[in-house]
Amino acid sequence: MSVDPATLLAILAMAAATALTRLGGLVLIRHVALDGSRRKAIESIPPAVLMAVVAPTALATGLAETIACAVTAFAALRLPMLVSVALGVVSVASLRAFGI
Amino acid sequence: MNENARLQDFLGGMRAIAPLIAAVIPIGLVFGAVAATKGLTPVEAGLMSTLVFAGGSQFVAMDIWTHPASWVGVGFAALLVNVRHVLMSASLGTRMGGFGPRERYLAMLFLADEIWAMAEFRAKVARLTPAWFAGLVAPFYLAWVLSGIAGAALGAFLGDPVVLGLDFAFPAVFIVLVMGFWKGRETGAVLFASGAAAVATQHFVPGVWYIAAGAVAGLVAAVVSGSRRGVEVAS
Repeated sequence: MSVDPATLLAILAMAAATALTRLGGLVLIRHVALDGSRRKAIESIPPAVLMAVVAPTALATGLAETIACAVTAFAALRLPMLVSVALGVVSVASLRAFGI
Repeated sequence: MNENARLQDFLGGMRAIAPLIAAVIPIGLVFGAVAATKGLTPVEAGLMSTLVFAGGSQFVAMDIWTHPASWVGVGFAALLVNVRHVLMSASLGTRMGGFGPRERYLAMLFLADEIWAMAEFRAKVARLTPAWFAGLVAPFYLAWVLSGIAGAALGAFLGDPVVLGLDFAFPAVFIVLVMGFWKGRETGAVLFASGAAAVATQHFVPGVWYIAAGAVAGLVAAVVSGSRRGVEVAS
């Protein structure tokens, strides 16, 4: 149960790089004034980032994933989050089981 | 804020993150199992989850892992995968009026996609407090670290999460959240630009550039549609 020095160094490099990205935004907004249009841009970040993360899965992975994403999105209009997510997971697992 | 209200907020955060904890444990187990196949001990896998606490970059690191490990390679990859955090922290930073200056930086060190998304969502309906944020972070962080260690120790005994559909839990959560951020046509433009740019980039450029490309495209779409509206009002 030892820790290899090269592995430790690699982990520390990853941790430092990640901390930099986490604190970077906070430092940025301290030095940039937030007027109307910049505020508008910042408010668009949540949907823009979430969509960028999810789009390749939803649209370019396979039919099972695309259908399950549509099921989840449709469920989210009416049902609570946990139920919608569970429906999505069950859909993707059953579609894959049928070889879609 | 008195102790009781703080406890209520902490518990509220825990309730909000609960479904994501059910989703993160299998992912953490898989991370640990993959790390074990790359020659990492459970201690090393646990150390990485503790200090990095960013699943996407940890999986990418395992993908490009060498012996001995290259700190330049995995460090740069982590920077690239996690550059979206800059946008996320800039956005969430504007919602942290209830935090002290030091609390803000400390809290931001625990920024992860799921925690960030839940915090942004909370900030839309109520004031985001440090106690509520801590309620998100504490159980999620523990679940990620412990499941990673368990995965590395159990290794190949684990089943395939793809068959169970568990790999789909995170995209599903993100889709539910995207639906919640809908505010009309302008959001449509942001989502369309972001989705199109992400899919195109993922198709043509190897690696994880697609997240940054999609985020920036969505941002540009918001600025363009915002300024066009400004011109309409002026003319």
